Amino acid sequence: MIEWVNTVLQGILTGGLYALFAAGLAIIFGVMRLVNITHGDLIVLSAFVAMVAIDVMGFNPFISLVAVLPIMFVFGYILQRSILNFTLGDDLLPPLLVTFGLSIVIQNLLLQIFSADSQRIKAGSLEILSIQLYENLSVGVFPLIVFIVAVFIIIGLQYLFSNTRIGRAFRATSDDAVTAQLMGINDRHIFSLSMALALLIVGIAGLFVGISTNFDPSAGPSRLLFAFEAVIMGGLGSLWGTLAGGIILGVSQNIGAKLDPGWQILAGHIAFLVILVFRPNGLFPRMRDD
Amino acid sequence: MSLLEVNNLDAFYGDFQALFGINLAIEEGEAVAIIGANGAGKSTFLRSVSGLVTNTADAINYRGMDISHRAASDIVGQGIAMVPEGRKLFPSLSVEENLLIGGYSQRAGAWNLERIYGMFPILKERRDVAGTALSGGEQQMTAIGRALMANPELILFDELSLGLAPIVINDIYESLPTIKQEGVTLLLVEQDINKALEVADRVYCFQEGRVSLTGVPRNLTKDSIAAAYFGSDK
Ligand SMILES: Nc1ncnc2c1ncn2[C@@H]1O[C@H](COP(=O)(O)OP(=O)(O)OP(=O)(O)O)[C@@H](O)[C@H]1O
Ligand SMILES: [Mg+2]
Repeated sequence: MIEWVNTVLQGILTGGLYALFAAGLAIIFGVMRLVNITHGDLIVLSAFVAMVAIDVMGFNPFISLVAVLPIMFVFGYILQRSILNFTLGDDLLPPLLVTFGLSIVIQNLLLQIFSADSQRIKAGSLEILSIQLYENLSVGVFPLIVFIVAVFIIIGLQYLFSNTRIGRAFRATSDDAVTAQLMGINDRHIFSLSMALALLIVGIAGLFVGISTNFDPSAGPSRLLFAFEAVIMGGLGSLWGTLAGGIILGVSQNIGAKLDPGWQILAGHIAFLVILVFRPNGLFPRMRDD
Repeated sequence: MSLLEVNNLDAFYGDFQALFGINLAIEEGEAVAIIGANGAGKSTFLRSVSGLVTNTADAINYRGMDISHRAASDIVGQGIAMVPEGRKLFPSLSVEENLLIGGYSQRAGAWNLERIYGMFPILKERRDVAGTALSGGEQQMTAIGRALMANPELILFDELSLGLAPIVINDIYESLPTIKQEGVTLLLVEQDINKALEVADRVYCFQEGRVSLTGVPRNLTKDSIAAAYFGSDK
């Protein structure tokens, strides 16, 4: 019994990381209907950036974010403003194709610079510290930190979107970019800011991925897949939904792995399919009257 | 110097030319109406002034400054707000948020939520519902309030009466004199000719992308308006 509690608990914590993958994707899709195929590669890219900041410049893993986050934010803004804005329109296909191409470019670039070797960001004792909750039941401190950070990021994003001037501008632009311009909102700037914001979260997710798992230049697409599944299960565009989707994915993967180590990933995909069959619009579909 | 002076404006949708050499001027404090049949180019004119339609004007001078090449998102900051055809409220924003987003450009001025709610008390009651859950008239009030929140010197109204019951149209039009008294200049496009002639100091009639008539309402006869509206052969 306690083993199963443990399995579910670890799954929930993993779900926090998946929610972080998913939140950035959800923001980008929500604000500009852009399906970003590069998302997973950007997570891996930021893990490499963090690795360089830590290994080369000698930063502590968490302090490395001081360098990583501004880099990712500026990179996201420029990427959107100089390339991706030009792919936006009524057709979803051009941004899909361009971000697919970009995904390949980033993977190859990372391969050239860092080789195909598997990497890991070292976080010292944090990797093994754990809290004993009960006999035979303990949680790792690091997964717990990741989960708590994910929850706070989602609370923060929810606040930003619901209660601030820029959040209203994000939502208005998402509703109707032309009418938004009549309000004095520069839609191109808002799109670029939303990508920059998404890449801030990617920056944090990248560091966490780098600490919790091995990564290499080709690790992006599977992160993208987890992010997609979490976003779609949550109901496109709902931030709390991404957390719910992430947790379902994490828990089902852990249950699968417990039944048979080979079933981990498969169990996640099956949960995804089951949810889609019963709730085609996800768990928390966005309410829209139009 | 006129508040707004449009010189020789042509406007295009791709290869299709919708406006031909429009000249139009508005003095500060005036209420000017543009009337005309469906497809005459009235909305296109307002959208050109707002920067939403590509146009080749000799100049669109606003307070003597050419704004014809400005981005749409810069125009409202100059003091020109628009109440678009069909209201175009933001569906995922509440009524109050729709009003607040109207003030996004942060132009200084006397308009704020409280004054909008004073003018349209029903909006205060319904401030937390989605803009799209309102009746047509309430939506139009929200769209007017949203434009006022920008503290504009000139408001462009596109078909305030569209799809509304006569009694509701009257309610909406009652707010215009109040707005005008605040020193806001009004340019309204209207299908409802009687309403337009009631509030306007001057009228322009558009026909197939050209100005077919201009004048002061009391000097215009029914026949002259009909000719300008439909063309002389009808
Ligand atoms: N987005 C568009 N693309 C192509 N043609 C357009 C577009 N919008 C308007 N037109 C054309 O431009 C002309 C002028 O249209 P406009 O909407 O300005 O007329 P209007 O006077 O506002 O008519 P209404 O009274 O129906 O609102 C019409 O022939 C219309 O078909
Ligand atoms: Mg029109």
